[in-house]
Amino acid sequence: MFATAIIVFREVLEAALILGIIAAATRTVPNSKRWLTAGVLLGLAGAGIVATFTDVIGSLASGIGQEIFNAIVLGIAVLMLAWHNIWMSSHGAALAASAKSVGREISDGRRECSILLVIVGLAVLREGSETVLFLYGIAASNDGGQSSMLLGGMFGMLAGIGLGYTVYAGLLRVPMRWFFSATGILVLLLAAGMASQAANFLIQADLLPSLASPLWDTSAVLPQNGLPGMLLHSLIGYDARPAGMQIVFYLCALLAIGTGMKLANRPRKPITANTGAV
Amino acid sequence: MIRPLFFSLLLLPLAALASEGDYTIVIKDHRIQPAELTVPSGKKIKLLIENQDATPEEFDSHDLNREKIIAGHSTATIYIGPLSPGRYSYVGEFHAATAHGIIVAQ
Repeated sequence: MFATAIIVFREVLEAALILGIIAAATRTVPNSKRWLTAGVLLGLAGAGIVATFTDVIGSLASGIGQEIFNAIVLGIAVLMLAWHNIWMSSHGAALAASAKSVGREISDGRRECSILLVIVGLAVLREGSETVLFLYGIAASNDGGQSSMLLGGMFGMLAGIGLGYTVYAGLLRVPMRWFFSATGILVLLLAAGMASQAANFLIQADLLPSLASPLWDTSAVLPQNGLPGMLLHSLIGYDARPAGMQIVFYLCALLAIGTGMKLANRPRKPITANTGAV
Repeated sequence: MIRPLFFSLLLLPLAALASEGDYTIVIKDHRIQPAELTVPSGKKIKLLIENQDATPEEFDSHDLNREKIIAGHSTATIYIGPLSPGRYSYVGEFHAATAHGIIVAQ
């Protein structure tokens, strides 16, 4: 039961953290909650479909279909997070300053909302499909003890959602003058971490060279299967044994999105000059 | 007529190369065979994982930084390495109590 709880917790955690951060980051965007809910529901439906066709996806491209699929999903998520973060850099302050009335007038606010839907939907789809497969395996086996394992799964799911909600509630307590910098940095690191994960899938499929495998090994200090390592993995893309190529992807994403945010923010300098610390 | 033949002959060494570094592990009754697989160090390895069970399994290794779902009754491919000499453990995460194995690079 305990092992089941841990597995489900690990899968749910990443999606829950992404949802928590995005929900907090877009609290000033009109109707964002409705779009986020739609994203979660579509993601769950997608997870069921992906889980059903796991064998088909897996056998595509002579056995590396799953890696390509994951890398594409992660790649789209990185682009969407980048778009979102750059959009928030130019509109976030205005949205916060005059609340909802301004928000409704922003013409591309609707596009921002559909971007939110895709980000959250993809996160739920990716992590959810693995959970569905795992729980299906339990339900299909007949070694007994399924009910206690399913109970464990339920417990792990609640714990993951609880942590995601804690991050959301915690971010809402951040004072407004730091709020956009804080959520902006969190989303930036989230995107860089996903870029690194995408690189790892492409290395696993032998479509990219690893450059160094691993570049460093910090598993003795901060193991990835412990809770701190797990949290850091989901939040900032921490890897105890990263390949060199993962670091290249991480830094490129960081640099590209960071530059985009800086450029988008520039015309509004008078408003955001006091948002302060990085 | 001659040309396609010539080109397929050119590809022959490639086919030989592809199978040279292949290693296979088998998952059956949520256990892994062989429990210890020896591979050469300093080389990229193509690992085939054959899941003979009806239920899906997830190959998961923190030591190797690899993670992949293998559907029931199917075979998956994972590239690992080049590894430095040592022992690398992995589990079938969905049945971690019984499904564990070690890859030894030497």
